[in-house]
Order: sequence, then C-alpha cells, then structure tokens
Amino acid sequence: MSEEFMGYERPKKQVGIRNKVVILPSVVCVNHVSTQIARRVEGTVAIPHPLGCGQFGPDFSYTSRTLSGLATNPNVHGVIVIGLGCENITSKLLGRSVKRAKKPVEFFDVQDVKGGTVEAIEKGVKFAKSMVTEANELKREPFDFSNLILGLECGASDSISGITANPAVGVVSDKIVELGGTSILPEFTEWIGTEHLLIDRAINKNIADKIKKPLRLFLENTMKLGIDFRGIQPTPGNIEGGLSTIEEKSLGTIAKAGKSPIEGVIDYSDKPKGKGLWLMIEPGLDVESMTGLAAAGAQVIIMTTGRGSPVGNPVSPVIKICGNPKTCDWMKCNIDIDASEIITEGRTIQNVADDLWKKLVSTCNGELTQAEILGFEDIAIWRVLGTFPFSLK
Amino acid sequence: MEKQSFLIMNSNDNCATTVTELGQGKEVKIGDKFLKINQEIPYGHKFATIEIKKGEKIIKYGQIIGLAVEDIKMGDWIHTHNIKSYYLERINNE
Repeated sequence: MSEEFMGYERPKKQVGIRNKVVILPSVVCVNHVSTQIARRVEGTVAIPHPLGCGQFGPDFSYTSRTLSGLATNPNVHGVIVIGLGCENITSKLLGRSVKRAKKPVEFFDVQDVKGGTVEAIEKGVKFAKSMVTEANELKREPFDFSNLILGLECGASDSISGITANPAVGVVSDKIVELGGTSILPEFTEWIGTEHLLIDRAINKNIADKIKKPLRLFLENTMKLGIDFRGIQPTPGNIEGGLSTIEEKSLGTIAKAGKSPIEGVIDYSDKPKGKGLWLMIEPGLDVESMTGLAAAGAQVIIMTTGRGSPVGNPVSPVIKICGNPKTCDWMKCNIDIDASEIITEGRTIQNVADDLWKKLVSTCNGELTQAEILGFEDIAIWRVLGTFPFSLK
Repeated sequence: MEKQSFLIMNSNDNCATTVTELGQGKEVKIGDKFLKINQEIPYGHKFATIEIKKGEKIIKYGQIIGLAVEDIKMGDWIHTHNIKSYYLERINNE
C-alpha cells in the first residue's frame, strides 16, 4: 500500500489538502461584507465570527492567534482580510501574519473605501477573483504523511463512543505518528482522571510537568469558583449511559490518541513544535476545539460522534466516525465512517480503523467529507474574559 | 461475523461493556466459558467477567477504572452502586 497523498505545495514547506481562498473579517462589524464576497466568488470561503473588538489580555491573544492560524492553515492558498477601521484586532495585524507565512494576501478597511460597504464588496470581489484564478493553476503532487497534521476530536458522545469509534481513531493516530506525521489531542478537561497515564507517556520529565501544571491550575481555579470539577464527572447523563467513574469516561476520550508517546503540550491554537503526538490545552467544546486544531495547522480532523453531530470547519475537512448503529442509520447523511459494524457485524476495531485510514487518504486526495458537502463551516474561539468581566449578580 | 451483545476492550479486563440490553438469567459466552447474567444490564453498562472481591480493582481498557466497594460476582452488573473512583480515592488521600 502506497503511503502517500496528493496535496498542494505551499510556501515554508507546508502541504495543503484543500486549495482555499479565505475571506476573513477581522471584526464582527464586517462579517456581512466577507460573506457577500464569498457568495459571489466560487472557490472562496468566508470565516464570519462575533469577535475582534474590545478584546483584551488572553482574549486578544486567543482571537488574533486563532484568526491568523486559520488564515495560514496549509489548506489555504491566499487570504483577503477585511477590517472596519476602528477595531483592536486589525486587518493590518492579520494581513501581516499571512504575509509572514509567504501566502498571497490583500487587506483593507471598509472605512478607507470611498463608497462604503457596497464598494468594499466590489473591491473584495476583484481581489478574490484574481486570487482564485491563481489558486486554480496549482496542481496536486504526491507527498508523504510526515507533512500531515491530524486533529482528534469527539463530540455528542454516547456510552459506546469510547469502546468503538474512539479506539479506531487511536489506531489511525498511531499510524500517522509512525509515518512521521503529527497528531493533536485537545479537550484537556476530559483528560482528568487519566493524568497518570498521559504523564507516563510524556517523552521526558519537562513534558510530564507541562501536562500536570495546566490540569492542576484548572482544578484549583474552578475550585475557587465553587465548582469541584472532579465531583461533577461523570455527568448524570454519562452515568445513565453506563459510565461509572471519571477515569472510565476519560479513558474513552484519550483512546483517540492511541498509544504513541507525548511529545509536548501546546496552548490553544498554537502550532506543534515538532512531529508526533501533541496535547492541546482547550476546554472541550467541539466547534471551539476544531477551530483551535485548524488554527494549529491541522489539515484534517477526525471527529467521533455517538449521538450524531453535523459540525465542520471552514479550512480543514472533518471526517465523522460513529459507533452507534441507530445514529449511523438516522443521521447517515452526517457520518463518513460507520463504526457500528463492530457491534452489528462483529468487525474488529482494527477492521474499522483500516476503513478510516482509507477515508483519511481519500479525503487528503480531495474527496469531500459529509460536513464539507453539507456546508458546515462554523468557527468559535475560546474566550476567557467574555465581553466584559462584570455582572450585577 | 455476527451481532455482538458485549465488548471486552483488553485481555486483562475483568468487566465487559454491553452493546445491547442483557436480561437477567441470560447466558453469554466469553472464549470457551459460559457466564450467567445475574441482573438486567442496560445498554452501554458493564458486567463482571470474573469474581471481584471488595477493594479489588475494576479493569477496562487494561486500566483501572475503579475499586469494588463490595464483593462482585461473575455476571453481576457493575456500576456506581458497587464501584467507586480509584482516581478520586487517591486524590482525596493525598
């Protein structure tokens, strides 16, 4: 079996599996300008979001780093950044980060365009048209899997995700790592109860400390808010579904990361500093999590789902795998790989992992996933402070 | 290949997870050994595949998922009524 995929060569030794032109608003106020441009030019994708103004401290960092990361994901050929002109996450800031990635970029503010949004849309359409024409000339070439970053996600899980789809994803993640590629496990709140196992897999003591520290801080901080996070897991729904202890639940989650050693821990939307398996500090909300994975440079994401989730991402294809026979039937249009045959046909986890691997390769080669076909492209960005850290209550 | 009624994740496990409801008195085959289900086990829940004494560890995925708080017989339903978190136990004793 040939272990290659057909991708697009990008500057700075990156390889894309899609060839997108992104229309990126720096601030919520011009979302509509970006979506109008994307509607008029085939081959573009707009990334509307509710942020970009009045953001401070960690929220400023997370939003700017995430938007830059999405814009510079290897699947992106070029970017048009649109600002309003008075926000604090500016088109210039984001535009310059795309320039540093050596990708084609245009950026401007609507307040600088005579004629307001009507003319700004015309201006954007012209830039987009020429960028798509340029992207269209690029051809796919063979690359090995050391060029791939895989994101690992689970959402709308049920009591059997952890014994069917998740371990199958673990087999595929290990294979990517064996082939010299990179894999990222987010959702750190769902590692609680399995710290000792993750720490045992850290490549050295320094990395072990990097796993311990954020988990300890998280538990201390939530304790200060009067929440004993360990005491509320598993949730009543989990218990009804059959999960008896916090460690049983978390073991199911971390099964997606297989058995590979852990090379390091990265912050939300940050890029892994090497190959192999990495952990990402991210609270565990699906869309926020996958946005962070794509911003970290993951060209493809595998998401397991039990109850059935349709979500996708604007720059990275999301492959859905489901172990629940009923969901695979009822929500067939949203599922790429049916892992329920482990139950209904007695297939092994390895059999299903082989199917998933084939799907991963064909997705890398350009085959669309269900979430892509149906147009699920929402993002969400982790916020620490919210709009303003004040409440009358 | 045929429809499964339970899955065992690792050869060291002492419990199995159901992927269908198993009624009380139902006989299941594990390897070449037959085992009788002692209580109704709901979908997605666990039963003991061997005798587990009070204080012994419950193993799933080849890892510890809890401690038995009472003696558990082969074929017994395993859940929050007869096991507790080993992780929380250790944290609280630290």
